[in-house]
Amino acid sequence: MSYWFGNEHRLPQSRLTFLAYLLVGLFVVLVLGYWKLQVLEADYYAELAERNRIRTVPINAPRGKILDREGRVLVDNYPSFSILLLRDDRGEIERTLPQIAAGLNIPEEEIRARLEAARHEPQFRPIVLKHEATPADIAFIEAHRRDLTALELLMVYRRRYPRDGFLAHVIGYVGEASEQQIERSGGRLRPGDIVGKAGLERQYNDILMGTDGLRRLVVNSLGREVGRLDEKEAIPGQPIEITIDYDLQLVAEAGLAGRKGAVVALDPRTGEVLAMVSHPAPDLNLFAIRIPPEEWRRLNEDPDRPMLNRAIQAQLAPGSVFKIMMGAAMLESGILPERFSVFCPGFGVFYGRTFRCWEKEGHGQVDLHRAIVRSCDVFFYNVGQRLGIDRIAFYAQQLGLGRRTGIDLPGEEAGLVPSSEWKQRALKQPWYAGETISVAIGQGATTSTPLQLAYSIGGIASGGVFRQPHLLKNYSPVEEIRFPLAERTVQKLAQGMFGVVNEDGTAQRSRIEGVEFCGKTGTSQLISFDTLRRLGGHLARRFTENAWFVGYAPRVNPEIVVAVLVEHGEHGSSAAAPIARDVVKAYYDKKSAREGQRYTVELRHHDPEQAPMIAELQPRPAPESASSGASRTPAASRRQPAEPSAARRSTDPGTR
Amino acid sequence: MRAERISFRDLDWWLLAIALAICTIGILEIYSATQNTSLAGMHWRQTGWVALGLVGMFLLARVDYHAVLDHAPLLYLLSLAALVAVLLFGEARYGARSWIFIAGQSLQVSELVKLVIIVVLARFFSEVRTDQLTLADLVKATVLTAVPLGLILLQPDFGTAVMILPALGIGAFLAGLQWKHAVAAFLIVLLLLPVGWSLLKPYQKERIYTFFRPEENPQSAGYQTLQSKIAVGSGGFWGKGIGQGSQNQLGFVPVRWSDFIFAAVAEELGFSGVFITLLLLLALLLRLVQHAQRAADRAGMFLVMGVAAVLGIHVLWNVAMVIGYVPVTGIPLPLMSYGGSATLFVFLALGLVMSVRLRRFVN
Repeated sequence: MSYWFGNEHRLPQSRLTFLAYLLVGLFVVLVLGYWKLQVLEADYYAELAERNRIRTVPINAPRGKILDREGRVLVDNYPSFSILLLRDDRGEIERTLPQIAAGLNIPEEEIRARLEAARHEPQFRPIVLKHEATPADIAFIEAHRRDLTALELLMVYRRRYPRDGFLAHVIGYVGEASEQQIERSGGRLRPGDIVGKAGLERQYNDILMGTDGLRRLVVNSLGREVGRLDEKEAIPGQPIEITIDYDLQLVAEAGLAGRKGAVVALDPRTGEVLAMVSHPAPDLNLFAIRIPPEEWRRLNEDPDRPMLNRAIQAQLAPGSVFKIMMGAAMLESGILPERFSVFCPGFGVFYGRTFRCWEKEGHGQVDLHRAIVRSCDVFFYNVGQRLGIDRIAFYAQQLGLGRRTGIDLPGEEAGLVPSSEWKQRALKQPWYAGETISVAIGQGATTSTPLQLAYSIGGIASGGVFRQPHLLKNYSPVEEIRFPLAERTVQKLAQGMFGVVNEDGTAQRSRIEGVEFCGKTGTSQLISFDTLRRLGGHLARRFTENAWFVGYAPRVNPEIVVAVLVEHGEHGSSAAAPIARDVVKAYYDKKSAREGQRYTVELRHHDPEQAPMIAELQPRPAPESASSGASRTPAASRRQPAEPSAARRSTDPGTR
Repeated sequence: MRAERISFRDLDWWLLAIALAICTIGILEIYSATQNTSLAGMHWRQTGWVALGLVGMFLLARVDYHAVLDHAPLLYLLSLAALVAVLLFGEARYGARSWIFIAGQSLQVSELVKLVIIVVLARFFSEVRTDQLTLADLVKATVLTAVPLGLILLQPDFGTAVMILPALGIGAFLAGLQWKHAVAAFLIVLLLLPVGWSLLKPYQKERIYTFFRPEENPQSAGYQTLQSKIAVGSGGFWGKGIGQGSQNQLGFVPVRWSDFIFAAVAEELGFSGVFITLLLLLALLLRLVQHAQRAADRAGMFLVMGVAAVLGIHVLWNVAMVIGYVPVTGIPLPLMSYGGSATLFVFLALGLVMSVRLRRFVN
């Protein structure tokens, strides 16, 4: 018992008791803390835990394909992989970043910059490293599944469009839904959804767009999938079959061959659009992934306006094509006799002002037929003077100008048919009789779109039945506007237009052997003759004139009408008519082939080697497109028996 | 030496039962947290450590604590040497050079050093003859603690170092700390805070920063606390059941078999489990205070209270950390967290307590 503190037995009992109470107090605080979390706020945390545990992954629904009238694939999809970087594990990313950067060929600084930019977004939301993974990227990621766990592939379907702007304005393109679209959709669209932004993609978005599915995954803290809860399958979009004939489209595209302008081919018996071209056109595949901002800016700032669908949006003076509407007005109104004729000395004086004919030497004595065939301005100056502006306006409007045709494409323009009422309303000025003279040859304030001219001429040639142009094959009901023309009127105008091509007319070089090809040329000025003269005649004219041609065949009950616009194309006869001729010829060649005759598409302006053939449209054949390709032939052959013979059809135009 | 006439029947079986109940909950949760992972089977190893700890406890209980106190200077020097050795030859884990290999097992030296500091401080304070602790004695005690603490800080193991301070504080308090000294010490610590801040590692600063402003960076340092809170809160009153906690099983709770084991308990056993576990832990600590009050002498009292102080701060800090009441530091929950060294420390400490208890009627 030799302990030095052995005599020390007094313990600080009160201090020990104090400590015991302190301990109990602290425990009470902790128990209350756990009570707060586990009882009072349990629901809140339970929800957070569920959100942690469950990740909802969208399953991308492919959009419907777009097929031409014979079932050939114009637009389909291909599966593409986006590379995602999961950001849950920062240490892991730090460790593997150099390897990731090297493996995917992305500079390390760029990845860092993007991580930095996404710093404030929820961490469970991965960032997209690459929108379209190359096969090498995919191989790299698959090979490093175990060690590079931050990388993930997400499969999405992307649009595969024809190359080089083929059919671009008709097809349109897709993009992320805008805020207005989301608002208008009434809950169907969510931010980030891919929807049609233009053309058919937009018009028929509801059909084409599928419904994305959902997959609910159980994930661990590294974002790795450890199980599946349930799955709502994606509903693919429906395909649409359109009225475009790939072959005719090919010919029309090639015909325009880089020049600015538009081609529209309609079947006036049905309103079906067989071909529609607008040049220049953007390459739609730029839009298939995500168009780079600079590319978008370039497209929109291009003075040639490639985003404009000239076929339905270019509102230009119809020029001499308007003389057909004038002829119809003249014959139908009965103001002038059918045999009305004037002497054309190369100019005419109206209201104290001299108006020139395009033929300086003059056409001599011309009646309506000769005036159409030779496109005599002076004759129509006289007709216009006699009819007056409001009568002209009435007939032009009844014949399809100055109003939208109602084609199933967004953004169609209405053009303009001037009248005294219009001028009073729009310009608050009275109409001057002198203005009527310009209008009579399709100048002045008169404007129309290529589609309108095809629609109007086709309707006139069909006896005054105007069928709503449309691109969807089973479009219904097709609106039909009837403005019955006297048989004599139709016959007279058709004779004139037949003469344009088949007599000594302005388009005589575009004759087609064995086909009753009719049409009307037009050369419209963008500025007046007076201004032109000041600019120095011919030189300026080249830059200010648009070439038009609207042609159809056959002469009676036409099956196809083609409107061609070549901007700055000088003359309708030389620039525009040959394109329409090629399209019509292609149409007849196909028809002959269907009927067992020789099938030759002879093209003067077109190098078949350069045309984007169907096979080339699909550089990466996906299994599904291959199957549809295989069914193409039977589908085409199935159609043949159902096809009424051309002869029967041509005798029976009104019922279709 | 007087004859040892102690019997194991006189051991504190209640204390032992409480400790083993806590261990059982711990082992259950270690099992639940590590099943289906590469760490599966860890609960068997922990069971082994508990068994080894029990043996250590019984052996130490047999030893008269006075004999232990006799060897305090030697133990102190040995532990200083061990800490230096660890710094020089030790193996770094989780960023701290605090591990050493003995007989194929890695040991965290600082855990055993805790025990030595408890013994050294008990010896020091029991030698104070005055009712009030003089300034000179206070400074001496502080220096005695500061040397090993500094070495642990060098590893760097901030958490363990801080967990030793209550042994000094409570020891001084029971030894008759004067209020003016307490206030002065508090002010000095306050003044030293900026210095200490500058010595912290960036991740330590981030932890502390995050603790005070958790909304600023919810994804990194705050992530652990947030996930831990989600685990606790989502457990609700009855819990999700053993092996059913998604936060636990899917790995959202950080080091859920060790430092954050209480979050796993809270998620899978709910508030009811938390309440029972906390009750057991409180009972254990109160039992220690009771033993201190009944100790045969001041030395015994200081020894038991040193153990109570270190265990108490571990429990309080860890349980509070899990629900974000205090900054995250890497300290285990005694008897529950997986870890050989920590478990051994607790049982050896309880062995010392038993030794004091067994000799409470002596003299």
